[in-house]
Order: sequence, then C-alpha cells, then structure tokens
Amino acid sequence: MEKHLLRITVNERDHELFINPKTLLVEVIRDHLGLTGTKRACESSSCGACTVILDGVSVKSCSVLAMQADGLSVTTSEGLENKGKLHPIQKAFLDHGSYQCGFCTSGMLMSSTALLMENPDPTVHEIREGLDGNLCRCTGYNSIVRAIASVARGDYREDQQ
Amino acid sequence: MIADFHYLKPSSLKEALEMLSEHKEDCKVICGGQSLLILLRQGLIVTGHLLDIKRLDELSYVNFDEAEGLKIGATTTHRAIEKSGLINDKFRVLADMESKLATIQTRNWGTIGGNLAHADPAGDPAPVLISMGASVKVGSASGTRVISLDEFYTDLFETAMEEGELLLEIQVPKPPPRTGTVYEKFNLLASDQGIVAVAASVTLNGDSTCKRARIALGNSGPTVLRPKEAEELVVGQKLSDDLLEEVGQKASDGSDPVSDIHASEEYRRHLIKVLTKRMVKRAWEQAAT
Repeated sequence: MEKHLLRITVNERDHELFINPKTLLVEVIRDHLGLTGTKRACESSSCGACTVILDGVSVKSCSVLAMQADGLSVTTSEGLENKGKLHPIQKAFLDHGSYQCGFCTSGMLMSSTALLMENPDPTVHEIREGLDGNLCRCTGYNSIVRAIASVARGDYREDQQ
Repeated sequence: MIADFHYLKPSSLKEALEMLSEHKEDCKVICGGQSLLILLRQGLIVTGHLLDIKRLDELSYVNFDEAEGLKIGATTTHRAIEKSGLINDKFRVLADMESKLATIQTRNWGTIGGNLAHADPAGDPAPVLISMGASVKVGSASGTRVISLDEFYTDLFETAMEEGELLLEIQVPKPPPRTGTVYEKFNLLASDQGIVAVAASVTLNGDSTCKRARIALGNSGPTVLRPKEAEELVVGQKLSDDLLEEVGQKASDGSDPVSDIHASEEYRRHLIKVLTKRMVKRAWEQAAT
C-alpha cells in the first residue's frame, strides 16, 4: 500500500505521519492522533459533528482528504481550552446547558468559534445561519444560540484567552 | 470504504496537466472533494489515480474587466465567491446563489470548478451561469479551449471534457444594460440541493419589451436544461400575467424531471412552472429598475 508523508499541526502540536492517501482528515484526528472529541456520525457531509477549523475556516473533517491538510494547522475541540482553562464558548455552552446527548457539541463549538472569528458581533439570525451546517438531533438549538449570543455580547470577556 | 489509489499532487498547473495526460485512462481529479469523496466512499467511483489540484493557487482568483467580463479560477472556493466584494458589487446573483449552496463548511472547502465538473444537474452554480451565458475554459497538455456551458453538459454527471482535460476557468460576460438575473431553488432544508431550481436572465429594450431571455432549469432533467420554447415566447413581449402563465407552462413542458424520494415527477413539473413564472417576473422587474 502506498504511503505518503503528512505534516500537520493539530492544536499547535506538529505531527509527521505516514498515511494511506485515501485517509480522511477525521481518521487522522481520531484514529492516528487519538483526539476523539471530533465525532464521526453521518460521514456524508450532512451533520457537522466532525467540524474542525482547518487553515482558519470550518470544514467537515469527514469530507476532507487528510493529504489536503498537509502543511496546514487544524484546531479541534480539544484545542479550544488553554492550559486547563476553558475557552469562553465552552464556558457559555456549560452555563446555558447547550447540549443534551452531547454528540453534536464539539462540532457546534467549532462552528461557533469559526463564526465568532469571522463576525465577533453576530445577530441572532447570523448565529443561526452560522450553524446551518450542524445538526442537533435533540433539537437543542435555542440554548446553543443563546450561548453564542452571550459570548458575542461580552458576558465572558474576563475569560478571553 | 474508499478503494486504494495512487495519489498525485502536482505543484503547478503545468505539472498537473502532464500528470493528467500520463494517467488519463485511469485518473480522477479532486479539488475540494465535497462531492467526489462521497462517491468514492460509496464505492460508486473507483480510480487508479487521484490528481489533487486543491492547492493549485494559480487557479484561485476572481477578476473582472469591462471587455472580457468576469473570470473565476477553477479552484476558487464557493465561500471566496460568496464573500468577494467584486462579485457582490457586479454579479450579486452569483453571491446570493453561493450563500445558499450547501453549508458554510462545504463552501469553505468546495470549489466552483469542482462543482461544475461534477455535473450534478441539481448543482446550484450551473443554472445561474448558464442563464448568464457563461463559458468554461478547459485545458490539457496540448492546449486550451473554451466551451459554452450550454454545450458543456452532455448527460447525467457527464461533460464535454475529453480525457486529459481539466476545467481551468469560468468566464461570465458582462451583462448588457437593462438586464436582470435571478435564481431560486425550492427545498425543505436551506442547505439542501433544490428539488428543482430555476434561473432567469431577462434583458429589456427601451420600450420595456423583452430583448433577450435565458431560462435554466436545475434538477429538472439529466442535465441543466434551457427551455428554449419558453424563452422564445417572451422575446418582443411586454410583461403580463397571461405571458408568465404561458412561459411557466412551456418551461414545465420542456423539462424532463424524475420521481424520487424528494418529489414526484408531477410535483416537480408543477414547481418548475411556478418557479419559472416567479423568476421571469422577478428578473424582468429587476431589469426595469
């Protein structure tokens, strides 16, 4: 089997791996690096549970060939906290009970983070649009939207990293 | 389970075309892969070689010039088009279409060239671009040629590109004065493909009669369709409810939709009629302002 060298930075740690070129980004993150915060669910680009931030933008890691991330940086939900201190969006999700079963949560966190990076002061409509690629089958959207809105209006300013 | 393949990663367009020429009998091209990876995973595509052009930045650009119109490089992402100031300013309908294509994550990695080359008749960009009279530039190791998008789609998931050819650029002419172009898809979830989709571009004469009309139907047949009988009905006419009714009916008659889990053929025909009426009216009103 053909193997290729993948150099990838995940949560600010550099990795060099030899992988089959058909390996998906989500497989590198979960199976090779053991970061299981990123979830595999639909594996067809529908649900968003596998969302990570790649090269500064949100992507569905089930639908990106890992080799396309060669030389790039990835942030997963494990990369949000800083030295044991939760990221504001993580604190807000906890405070607002923004999960029920929790399976969509890491994808929701990554889409929320990408949204706030691009638009630090979104309207409720913009927040909902920013989550259009993430499904919550418990339908707990309102509490997620409230958590993001609370970060946007500065409720967690003292938690900014 | 994706079948094994040899992975080819060219560092320039020239190298990509050479690699494609060498392996063209058994090679697929991947760009963002937002459609292709699903087909690979389902085993619907098995390929000996996968040529990865995602990082060919020389094909990622949006340019405009008054004489030559708009040029978009094939590896430009949907999100880059959606957010382009130039496109929002001069080709608003393209930015609006992109903002409703799949989801943000898909638009962040998926590309316009990949979408068009995939040749899914339910894809969003093709109907709009066809209504605007767009073309694509394709290239191989032996040269380039320009194909009108009208002639680009030959069948379901089939294009006029030969083996060894790569889609390089989308070319959109500057719309004539007094032109309106609109697009809408009918779907249940905003991020879905259209159950059907209709684009219309209408150009008016000084006396408010129609000078030119182009209508393109998405997911209404094996390829994006242009109901030419409907277009011909409109030319020379003034806008009226009777005219719209007739145009909608002709578009529906000129379509060839399937029945599937999303809608029956009959319902699709109904939707095509209703959406065509709406789109022609909206394009006409936009052209008049």
